[in-house]
Amino acid sequence: MNMAAVRRFFDGDVWYSFRASRLAQGAAVVAFACVFCALFAEWIAPHDPFNLATLDLADARLPPAWFEGGKSLYLLGTDDQGRDILSALFYGARISLFVGLASVLLSVLLGVGLGLLSGFIGGRIDALIMRVCDVMLSFPAILVALLIDGVGRALFPNAHDTLAFAVLILAISLTGWVQYARTVRGSTMVERSKEYVQAARVIGVAPLRIMRRHVLPNVLGPVLVLATIQVAEAILIEATLSFLGVGVPPTSPSLGTLIRIGNDLLFSGDLWITVCPSVMLIAIALSVNLLGDWMRDALNPRLR
Amino acid sequence: MFAFILRRLLQAVIVMLTVAFIAFMLFQYVGDPVTNLLGQDATPQQRQQLRADLGLDQPFPVQFAHFIGNAVQGEFGLSIRQGRKVSALIVERFPATLELAGTAAVLAMGLGVLAGVYAALRRGSVLAQSMMALSLLGVSLPSFVIGILLILMFAVTLNWFPSFGRGDVVTLGAWTTGLLTSDGWRHLVLPAVTLAVPQLTLIMRLVRSEMLEVLRADYIKFARARGLTNRAVHFGHALKNTLVPVITIMGLRLGALLAFAIITETVFQWPGMGLLFIQAVQFTDIPVMAAYLCLIALMFVTINLVVDLLYFAVDPRLRIERTGAAH
Repeated sequence: MNMAAVRRFFDGDVWYSFRASRLAQGAAVVAFACVFCALFAEWIAPHDPFNLATLDLADARLPPAWFEGGKSLYLLGTDDQGRDILSALFYGARISLFVGLASVLLSVLLGVGLGLLSGFIGGRIDALIMRVCDVMLSFPAILVALLIDGVGRALFPNAHDTLAFAVLILAISLTGWVQYARTVRGSTMVERSKEYVQAARVIGVAPLRIMRRHVLPNVLGPVLVLATIQVAEAILIEATLSFLGVGVPPTSPSLGTLIRIGNDLLFSGDLWITVCPSVMLIAIALSVNLLGDWMRDALNPRLR
Repeated sequence: MFAFILRRLLQAVIVMLTVAFIAFMLFQYVGDPVTNLLGQDATPQQRQQLRADLGLDQPFPVQFAHFIGNAVQGEFGLSIRQGRKVSALIVERFPATLELAGTAAVLAMGLGVLAGVYAALRRGSVLAQSMMALSLLGVSLPSFVIGILLILMFAVTLNWFPSFGRGDVVTLGAWTTGLLTSDGWRHLVLPAVTLAVPQLTLIMRLVRSEMLEVLRADYIKFARARGLTNRAVHFGHALKNTLVPVITIMGLRLGALLAFAIITETVFQWPGMGLLFIQAVQFTDIPVMAAYLCLIALMFVTINLVVDLLYFAVDPRLRIERTGAAH
């Protein structure tokens, strides 16, 4: 990224449309704040929720600081083990974002690769991949993720943490790739018949290289929009699986795990343990969704 | 037409076989049944004998065929955790899920269509606008958060409805129903609403946009020109034509209800199949997992098949196009 490219971006339509949309700006601020808190949790979180030495059970289940009985030390209160909720939120958001981004990345790689192959080669490969897509699309994403995750957990019953993460990310990405494959296949079929591709063929460029160097850059636009929205979807799926107790390992709680912990304590009246992570989760999902919606409109020349 | 149905049936069979294969592989590669049954210190001869008795020494395709044969009869063996027949467990849990999903479906479709029609006809009104704004929230809230919020408000704070289990049930033969007792109904309210809300918002938005589309059509203008009452135009002409795509989507949403029932049942500890499955996943109870896998796949394949065929029956234009393309 050199200076000229940066200047072109700020002069361009996308930046203009961003400055014109209050909703997009608000969403960007919220999303950025969440990402910032997640990334720098070590430095900005007031406590280390996983350091057992600093936990004090006498401080368990304190309400947020502005309620009676709250301590200013714990701004959003503490959970049943005396962990600071605010700090747990930051660390939890990091895990949620990590799983969300990793699984979207994996499904983009898988989907774009298969979509390119399907659209460029056509024939039997195309038919096979598209049939698989049809079948996958007829099941809700959350169900497919749950089933793959369940099968994965059954295959590795004594999975340690890394493997559990891998199974989870794989399960979510195996449900997401279909969207990319279909989009990329469609635009690849359009690009394939264009003159620059034919020219490349005539001068003897290998098919794989044509796909990678010539077609790929021209079909990536919609993928970017889709990927943004899918990050929100992936985070929600992760949260749901963790809430059901089949997601991330309990030693590294994500937002969904925190909601699950709070849910068990709901009837004791300690509402904040559930409400805080729920609000954070909704804030992340909603802001990313709004950003994706805005991006779709801004990048689509037909809507201008 | 015939070729299409045949192709569609073939696809359904292939999907079912794939799912059955995955379930079979679970049995094959997770845990060793021989060690489970005999314990660690059995002699090789004993192990050999049991392998032969269980049919485990037979070639792979034969074992798979056996598995399919049993699965078709609903036999998936014993639950590892509960030590009971899986088929009995599922029969016991099935009514709860069906009553929950059925109530939610009626709620979502009835209210969804009503609200959608209202939002389309009174587009500018405050109520319609606030319904649209609320529906946006309904779409972006994860289902389990909706459940928790409802429990917080109506069970913990207001104490109007219970938030746990099915309440009193009446047994009618093999079927246990909570629909015949007032306690059962009170227990049903929160889970059914939780399950219905996401689908309700979807249906409402769909009906609204379809209705607005239809209201712009020429035949509506013509009907108005003929001097028909608003009521006749809106409900006799517009709504009827709106409902064709809506019915298709609703059919597909039925499947989604079954899937999301897993989440709702966990939040409300509703003793249905979804809760059974989640517990099976947590305890690696393979026979239950395999049975649920096959059952849910069967339901989905059936629903999709029926919807696809219904589409044919409902929309004659499609019949001509598709058969034309097939030949």
